[in-house]
Amino acid sequence: MSRTFSKGGIHPNDSKISENAAIEQFPLPETGYVSMAQHLGAPAEPVVSPGDTVKVGQLLGKPSGFISAAVHSPFSGTVKSVEPYADLAGNKVMTVVIEVNGDEWLDTIDRTDTIVREIPYSSSEIVARIAECGIVGLGGATFPTNVKLSPPPGKKAEYLIINGAECEPFLTSDYRLMLEMPEQLLVGTRIMMKALGLEKAYIGIEDNKPAAISKLGEFRDQYRDIEIVPLKKKYPQGGEKQLIKAVTGREVPSMALPIDVGAVVQNVGTAVAVYEAVQKNKPLFEGIVTITGRCLPQQHNFRLRAGTMISSILEAVGGIPDECMKIISGGPMMGKAVSNLSAATLKGTSSLLLMTEKETKRTEESNCIRCGKCVSACPMGLEPYLLNKLGRRGMTDELEQEHVYDCIECGCCSYTCPANIPLLDVIRNSKAAVMKIMRSRPKK
Amino acid sequence: MKRLLVSPSPHIHGDESTGSLMRDVIIALSPSLLVSIYFFGFSAIKLALVGALTCVAVEYLIQKYLMKTKVTIGDYSAALTGVLLALNLPPNAPWWIMFIGSVVAIGIAKMTFGGLGQNLFNPALVGRVFLLISFPVIMTDYTTIPDSWFRPGVDAVTGATPLAIVKEGLAKGMTLTEIYGQNDFSYLEMLYTKIGGSVGEVSALALLLGFAYLLYRKVIKPHIPLAIIGTVMVFSGILWLVNPEQYTDPVFSVLTGGVLLGSIFMATDYVTSPMSNKGMIIYGIGIGVITVLIRNFGAYPEGISFAILIMNSTVPLLNKYFKPVRFGKEVKHG
Repeated sequence: MSRTFSKGGIHPNDSKISENAAIEQFPLPETGYVSMAQHLGAPAEPVVSPGDTVKVGQLLGKPSGFISAAVHSPFSGTVKSVEPYADLAGNKVMTVVIEVNGDEWLDTIDRTDTIVREIPYSSSEIVARIAECGIVGLGGATFPTNVKLSPPPGKKAEYLIINGAECEPFLTSDYRLMLEMPEQLLVGTRIMMKALGLEKAYIGIEDNKPAAISKLGEFRDQYRDIEIVPLKKKYPQGGEKQLIKAVTGREVPSMALPIDVGAVVQNVGTAVAVYEAVQKNKPLFEGIVTITGRCLPQQHNFRLRAGTMISSILEAVGGIPDECMKIISGGPMMGKAVSNLSAATLKGTSSLLLMTEKETKRTEESNCIRCGKCVSACPMGLEPYLLNKLGRRGMTDELEQEHVYDCIECGCCSYTCPANIPLLDVIRNSKAAVMKIMRSRPKK
Repeated sequence: MKRLLVSPSPHIHGDESTGSLMRDVIIALSPSLLVSIYFFGFSAIKLALVGALTCVAVEYLIQKYLMKTKVTIGDYSAALTGVLLALNLPPNAPWWIMFIGSVVAIGIAKMTFGGLGQNLFNPALVGRVFLLISFPVIMTDYTTIPDSWFRPGVDAVTGATPLAIVKEGLAKGMTLTEIYGQNDFSYLEMLYTKIGGSVGEVSALALLLGFAYLLYRKVIKPHIPLAIIGTVMVFSGILWLVNPEQYTDPVFSVLTGGVLLGSIFMATDYVTSPMSNKGMIIYGIGIGVITVLIRNFGAYPEGISFAILIMNSTVPLLNKYFKPVRFGKEVKHG
């Protein structure tokens, strides 16, 4: 029996139309745009100047705080400029622009396919290596991985869970990784187990990916310490709190972190990046990006350097089809609509999804019929209909009492609402307003 | 230059809409409607049609000319109210009573509160209770001249509902054994083709078929109907054990007096029922208890309409005090 989380959730059509597209190397662009803010936390500080020549893997920006990450060059060539450049949403972010010339990697990076299984490093060496290589969580939040692997004093990790749920419709990059780089994933998992001092780890995979489950199962005898946990297909299975609940039965309390219940969750892509960083000396500067959509003639899973302009990716797959009305970075449930096609991809970019007007059009909202479907769908046990009502009236005190800050913004409420009320739009704004008020209070 | 849409997530939406949910409820009612057409012929269709058309027309007129807002008759909710009211009337009720009931249901119980989603009380039940109080003779006269093209030559159908017969008998000082001796109340008969009752409750089986469809399509959750039926069985069961000559047995109690129609189709009305599972169960238990109380100790032989309306008034409180269990509220270390 596949496990799952108990509260709420929805079953959208999984639309994994790109699942059979093997990973292809995406050609190098002529110019690379490497953002200094590719992670959660403080942006990196540029350490190169215009005119410098750089190699693939060379440090471009150093971390500028405790929660920050290093940025390395995905390209070889000459630094053209270091200037603010508009990102996916149009916000200007400090960016190193590189005139790409050839593909010359640092000699220190092991580019062979040989799998290095021995892990001769200590916990602190592993964490330092991961920090140096600028590894961030590739499940969406891009939280610096070294921070997550260093539990604060007094907190002890008991469970390492690798997130292979990939519960968002359309996305297949994690699936392809599990199929094509299974052993790298398993060694990466072991490295993180060693960093956390754990004897056992779990890889949670939704049961709509039987090929991935059986592929990893082939290594069962060599990796007895890593358990593959099949999960029932249900969105948002890959939500951190939902995944912990499904695998361990523990619930992360409101306002608490996974480590408070002894859990550390890392994405499949992160585990492979950790393997490459620790065993192959390769910093994080490329990743698997799904290019998909029903309006595209062909589906792709590319290995793509961070810093590639979105418009050049779309040109390479034949341009934007006429019927495409929306381009989403990420999945259809939580991804962000792209408003700037000159923006470049980041370390954490997992997909570009092209949708037609029919697939993504919002229908006009009508009266709430109090059907309670949003209440049943909410995986956090909140009452979206009520938060919507309070939110539209700006009642921040009541919103706080109703725990609006627990919302994980999964979108189940909006998806399920028969009256097409944009519940999450309202709740997201209310949550931001309430959190701002909460942060402004003096700490006890 | 290509223009793209930009909006916050989620970027996809499920298939359900208000219209599709209401349509599903009407589909779930169709077995009962078909059975009643089989038994009562034209009079059942006539009531349902008058109800649906009047409700839609009243909603249209009020939205268009009085409220001057968007007309929303396309969501089927008004039509559904009309059909539900028809199913709650005696089969031989005259058309004009249906018309008055529909005007009250939509005009007073729904639109005065602001329309769909705003009303506190179930509109169809307000319509029914209004008629029951205003026209008590017509509303309790279940004598039917068989008027079906499908069943020519069938004998006349009995006059009152089983519960009314029981109540009258008990008032005359008869015991249940004596009452049952004079009437044929077989469970099997009630399950397929109950004698004496409103349009919609002729066949318990048809109602249960509709219930199964609603559950299968996830239109409703089972909590409310099961809580009502369970409570009616337990509470009337206790009374029956105390005095089987005075109180009807649990199965009889559930199969009669609109308990199935009320619990499956009336009490589960989205707008007037609670949001959380806990709230739904308490609401259902309340309806069950009040129904049995009215039947056995009140003036009316049937009580579920009043019970639902009374519990409708508690829904805002139930929503306030019985909330869903939040994730991470009860921390379990497993």
